[in-house]
Amino acid sequence: MNESVNRKPEDLVLRLRGITKQFGDLVANDAIDLDLARGEILALLGENGAGKTTLMNILFGHYVADAGEAHVADASGTLAPLRGGSPNASLLAGIGMVHQHFTLAENLSALDNIILGTDSLFRPWQRQRDARRKLAALMDRSGLLVDLDATVATLSVGERQRIEILKALYRDARILILDEPTAVLTPQESESLFATLRRLASDGLSVVFISHKLAEVLAISDRVTVLRGGQVVANVAAAGTDGPRLAEIMVGRPIPPTVRQPMAPGEAVLELAEVHVPGEHNRPALTDANLKVRRHEIIGIAGVSGNGQAALSNLICGLAAHDHGRFEIFGRTAVVGSPGRMIAAGVGRIPEDRLHDGIVNGMVVWENLLLEDYNRAKFVRAGFLRHGAARANARQVIEAFDVRCPGPEAATHLLSGGNIQKLILGRVLNREPGLILANQPTRGLDIGAVTYVHSRLLEARGAGAGVILISEDLDELLTLSDRIAVLYRGRLSPAMATEDVTIRRLGLMMAGQTSEGAAADAA
Amino acid sequence: MRLEPRSNVPVHLAVLAPAGAVVLALALTAIPLLWADVPVAQAYALIFEGALGSRFALTETLARATPLIFTGLAAAVAFRARLWNIGGEGQLYIGALAAVAVGSGAIAAPPMVMIPMILVLGALAGALLMLIPTLLKLRLGVDEVVTTLLLNFVVLLFVSMMIEGPMKDPMGMGWPQTAPMIDEATLPKLIDRTRVHTGLILALVAAVVVWVLVNRTTWGFEMRAVGASPAAARFAGMPVARVMVRVGLISGALAGLAGVGEVAGLKGYLTLDLSPGFGYSGIVVAMLAQLNALAVVVSALFVAVVFVGADFMSRSIGVSNYLANLIVATSLLTMLAASLATRYRLRLR
Repeated sequence: MNESVNRKPEDLVLRLRGITKQFGDLVANDAIDLDLARGEILALLGENGAGKTTLMNILFGHYVADAGEAHVADASGTLAPLRGGSPNASLLAGIGMVHQHFTLAENLSALDNIILGTDSLFRPWQRQRDARRKLAALMDRSGLLVDLDATVATLSVGERQRIEILKALYRDARILILDEPTAVLTPQESESLFATLRRLASDGLSVVFISHKLAEVLAISDRVTVLRGGQVVANVAAAGTDGPRLAEIMVGRPIPPTVRQPMAPGEAVLELAEVHVPGEHNRPALTDANLKVRRHEIIGIAGVSGNGQAALSNLICGLAAHDHGRFEIFGRTAVVGSPGRMIAAGVGRIPEDRLHDGIVNGMVVWENLLLEDYNRAKFVRAGFLRHGAARANARQVIEAFDVRCPGPEAATHLLSGGNIQKLILGRVLNREPGLILANQPTRGLDIGAVTYVHSRLLEARGAGAGVILISEDLDELLTLSDRIAVLYRGRLSPAMATEDVTIRRLGLMMAGQTSEGAAADAA
Repeated sequence: MRLEPRSNVPVHLAVLAPAGAVVLALALTAIPLLWADVPVAQAYALIFEGALGSRFALTETLARATPLIFTGLAAAVAFRARLWNIGGEGQLYIGALAAVAVGSGAIAAPPMVMIPMILVLGALAGALLMLIPTLLKLRLGVDEVVTTLLLNFVVLLFVSMMIEGPMKDPMGMGWPQTAPMIDEATLPKLIDRTRVHTGLILALVAAVVVWVLVNRTTWGFEMRAVGASPAAARFAGMPVARVMVRVGLISGALAGLAGVGEVAGLKGYLTLDLSPGFGYSGIVVAMLAQLNALAVVVSALFVAVVFVGADFMSRSIGVSNYLANLIVATSLLTMLAASLATRYRLRLR
């Protein structure tokens, strides 16, 4: 599988040999070799748990490798060994990292964030003037435009990402590591990020682009290194491969495409009429929403995050109440503002923030599987939990939903994201809810887990559930949804049949165009 | 040098770590003792002799452990649900006051009636006192650390007012104390002519009951979920506010029982020196036990040994019994370090 990519050693800016890192019994990185050339964009592809982030954390000095060595080219181009375990040493060696979760101080300006920690604290005025001059040149060269005096809290996700990249460039990074950079961007923003990266690469910057999204990996990178189970399983030129092939290498088995069979919808399970939900914490309200969800139907809700998804989701999860309008589930007026009542009514809820809302961190797997059911007769006898029944239930769900864990007694927070999501899915779907709210159910999951979640949602639809799928992943929406509505600034568009919708039309509606206007423009 | 989380805690480590922590604490406390030119070995030997060396010493230790078990449980239950009840001392005194109010002659009935009555009333008084900060926290978001702590002083002043005024013993030669508990309202001694009373049995029963409650019931399941992650508990449909109120009532009741035991089992009447800070020591006891109800018994015994023994040592060789505080405080720190060591692996690179 390895195409020999012959490079002259003087072109190399990074050379990793035999990097090995073990956590307990888990070998996160197993003798990994990796080369990066000057001006090259290398995609590091792999499922969650394949070892991508561990490898980059070793490179950036967060972890120390158990074995192996790293060499980084210095300013003159000669490879020098990198001192492990010190982010500072990595920064000095010219390695910049943009984490998936940004590391910006929200109450400081963009400029302050960029120069934070780069200088001694003396003579701040001097520092600022030089910094501005250098940044102006950088912005000019890279096309990364940012208002340096804006407070970070007021900036969009895309702008924050630009600040993170500028921060790395400001420290003279010659190697830029981006961890899942497009996870939070709209399609348009991703495009502009790619343009920037190409420009920077042609200027001599080397980029490591960590991702599990095949399409963008193929779009942006020169070369793809695929990790699986901590090992490099492929190292190929992007031009010589395609999506399905990469997916197969990455997962280790062929991925069947998800297919949604057309189904005749049944009776309504949810109806919103002129519903208004006030926004919390400066998030927008849901305004005059109309929506009908029927059995055997998945309704996709598209939109850039922060346009009222939280209000809609909280209403259906039972966390928020509407202040006017009509909200019915299963033909009866819904009792709002109580998660317990929603669960009892037959609503299954898959929370957006699975670690915060979906599981209790200190509890083990069987306890987390019992969270919504601990009061059911089969688990209680005279106020006492029936541990035997609860564990049996856990074993059944673990089996049925393929939760990879040592057993019911495993610590939940040590599971991978995909397995935590399967656990939540199992807990929710095991109750056979007639209405399912899935809020970003595949965010941050790898292909295997994503396909699994998709098939389970389609299965629930087949069994007669109505599903509301809130997602920022347009491909996911187009694959799964029977109809799609768009949220923009708290307003929900009418749901359109998926057959009549294109990515371009959705993109325009997500930016505020009406559905008719977007249809005309997209045509 | 860095810490990495362990995926599973080996059993031998879970047992050895607390023992190691105590040994380490004793070693660390030896440093100031050496500095002060105290014969360290003799001091420690005297502590153990004073606490465990004779039948009398043993009974004294058990008597001292009794209120500590109750207040330790009170803190452990509350902290498990992240309700920071620092008001054990106040709840102890209000429980004792309630017991004295009915048990010192106001009502006369056989022990079969009197003893359950003072226990229930004392527990109720402690529970109701804890209800105030709990509701303030839930309704108005007032930090319970502040309110429970400050209520301690309110209660102490109130008790002081009562024993100087309406409840002052007319036969007490003017001392600020209440009338003694009548014989029917006195907890029987476990061993004659010692200070160990049936409160110890009650405390042990309470520890088992609390352990079962926390680990085996749906209420306990809710408490642990709310304590570990209020957001996830709420999302899963748990009645978070009701759970908090329940926890507050149980915690206050346990601390109230500590007061009943002291006044009806040991002292016989209520004064302002009923408790040398048992409410606060209970927090240490609970933390040393890592909030496990059964471990609270062990850690209460440990703290009692140190305090009773240090008094003896102090009388024998004149080293201040303040050493007891030093040992207990150091143990708490080493125990925290030990618990870190059980959850993380230390790697030297």
